[in-house]
Amino acid sequence: MPAHRVADLCAALAVVALGLLATWQAAVIPASPIYAQVGPKVIPYLVAAGLVVLGLLLTVQAVRGGWSQNIEELREAPPLNIRSLGLLLAGLLANIVLIVPFGFTVAATVQFALVAAAFGSRAHLRNLLLAFVVALAAYTLFVKLLGVNIGAGLVEGLVFGSPD
Amino acid sequence: MDALSGLAMGFGHALSLANLGWALLGCFLGTAIGVLPGIGPALTIALLLPITFSVNATGAFILFCGVFYGAMYGGSTTSILLNTPGESGSIITSLEGAKMARHGRAGPALATSAIGSFVAGTVGTLGIAFLGPVVVDLALQLGPAEYFSLMVLCFVTVSAVLGGSALRGLTSLFFGLLLGLVGIDLQTGQPRLTFGIPELLDGVNVVLVAVALFAVGETLYLAWRHVEGKAEVLPVGSIMMSKSDLKRSFWPWIRGAGLGFPFGVMPAGGTEMPTMLSYYVERKLARPEAQKEFGTTGAIEGVAGPEAANNAAAAGILVPMLTLGLPTSATAAIMLSAFQSYGIQPGPLLFTSQAELVWTLIASLFLANVMLVVLNLPLVGLWARILKIPQPQLYAGILVFATIGTYGISNSVVDLFLLYGIGIIAMFMRRFDFPVAPVVIGMILGPMAEQAMRQALTISQGDWATFVTRPVSLCILLVALAALAGPRLYAAWLRRVAASRPIGS
Repeated sequence: MPAHRVADLCAALAVVALGLLATWQAAVIPASPIYAQVGPKVIPYLVAAGLVVLGLLLTVQAVRGGWSQNIEELREAPPLNIRSLGLLLAGLLANIVLIVPFGFTVAATVQFALVAAAFGSRAHLRNLLLAFVVALAAYTLFVKLLGVNIGAGLVEGLVFGSPD
Repeated sequence: MDALSGLAMGFGHALSLANLGWALLGCFLGTAIGVLPGIGPALTIALLLPITFSVNATGAFILFCGVFYGAMYGGSTTSILLNTPGESGSIITSLEGAKMARHGRAGPALATSAIGSFVAGTVGTLGIAFLGPVVVDLALQLGPAEYFSLMVLCFVTVSAVLGGSALRGLTSLFFGLLLGLVGIDLQTGQPRLTFGIPELLDGVNVVLVAVALFAVGETLYLAWRHVEGKAEVLPVGSIMMSKSDLKRSFWPWIRGAGLGFPFGVMPAGGTEMPTMLSYYVERKLARPEAQKEFGTTGAIEGVAGPEAANNAAAAGILVPMLTLGLPTSATAAIMLSAFQSYGIQPGPLLFTSQAELVWTLIASLFLANVMLVVLNLPLVGLWARILKIPQPQLYAGILVFATIGTYGISNSVVDLFLLYGIGIIAMFMRRFDFPVAPVVIGMILGPMAEQAMRQALTISQGDWATFVTRPVSLCILLVALAALAGPRLYAAWLRRVAASRPIGS
């Protein structure tokens, strides 16, 4: 079986799996003590069943030859760029890891530099500087002017004093 | 309240300094994000949703609608100068528009699309003002059963009729419905689909999902397909339209607006179909010497018509949103959730219970249109400069602001995991051509549909036949069925006709 059909088949099976996951979650919804004409489980079961059926139909379509190959935009798309995607995912991960211990500015600066590198920028030092300024400005705007807390930490403490 | 007195009141409020300011800010932001590839109005309004905590409802909606209209204006600039349409509605504009730009006529192309957008936006807003109250009168007669059927129709049209494949569209819709189910069931208080995670009891945040789909997923997919190299921005030149340009644009503007608005109003809320139709109509109707320009040097009719159709359809989308509370595009769905965060129930009662808000909003749309044409014609050079922001820093900035928008809501790392997780799913959805707009619509409209369904079944004492025995509800469901099966039956019929006819005749 050609690679694109295997890929389509995986996508179709992922939809089936999502449907099964939803079915399991619908099954564990506690029975309601309050009387209701339509209980809390009805719609979740319907949606889960819908996903399973759609997934199975997609599976049939994938086995019969798949759909990706019939779409011009996908057929002519450039191949997977592992370096770009990897750097971008690293940027997302860095943000999750850094935001609690070090605060928004540090996390955003690292994320910015990694994402910019993912899209081919080589001026890493300039990106870090730019990111630092943009992040600190955004922090000031959101926390000090709009009153939306987006995560204080190391740098914020140095600039604005420790949070009260 | 009839349209004229409503408008009179609306203009009275809209002309206040604060509301004019919100409209101008919205138009400015909207044009900028419309110009920037990679961000659209749905994402921007989602990121702006937190202002609903500190700004009054009227101001916030004027801002949102300014962004919505502005993005339509800005989108055409990108498709003409960069030949990469930012959103589906401007794909057709780029066909002729980019060809005109390549032959040194970028200026007239930009001018005709800005003026066309103005004409269509004004026609469309007039349509909202005069059609809105009529739809409201009809809608007030509908019960929960009819409402549920209308929502089903809406689901079918946004997922199965538009886009490449009904199967993939419906899958996206059901994924959205599933996300909408997460959290405490309002009627019985039971936790649903929370996987035992306490953070999920409040449900999945709309902003989070919108940002994940439109910012994170999109950026991930762009990285997946990344190739080194720069996009070429074509020069603008003079924006003056010659007399013949104006003459050739006038009727396409009017026809485009006339074509686009009804498409937007019907719960088929797409801008692809009317823009495409307008393109074919203008190509057919163009004079022979103009017809030669189609597909070669770029014909101005092919920019004026579709661009007008695009904006009129966008205005039309506001009709079902304001009168029925039915969103037919991702942007409208997010605006609807803003209504909910003010505790305002969108629907037919909006025109009576929130008359001031609705008419001020409609009046502001007229003002926004005037602002936009002023912002877009003389300042087009400024917008063209935005296109020169280098890609790496642009996408890095988008992701940083996406994170702020999400983390700012809850300060919870669980939300960041959800954001990036749904973003990765969205990346695969792009890879396998699953549309993302139905996810947002399913997520926001799904809970409303469930509520309407339960109300209808409570009234009918559990009799499911209520949806098909009430005539209006049955009719709407039949239309939905026709919309789902019609195109397939038609294609099958075409195949049969083609097969029964001998080759060569």
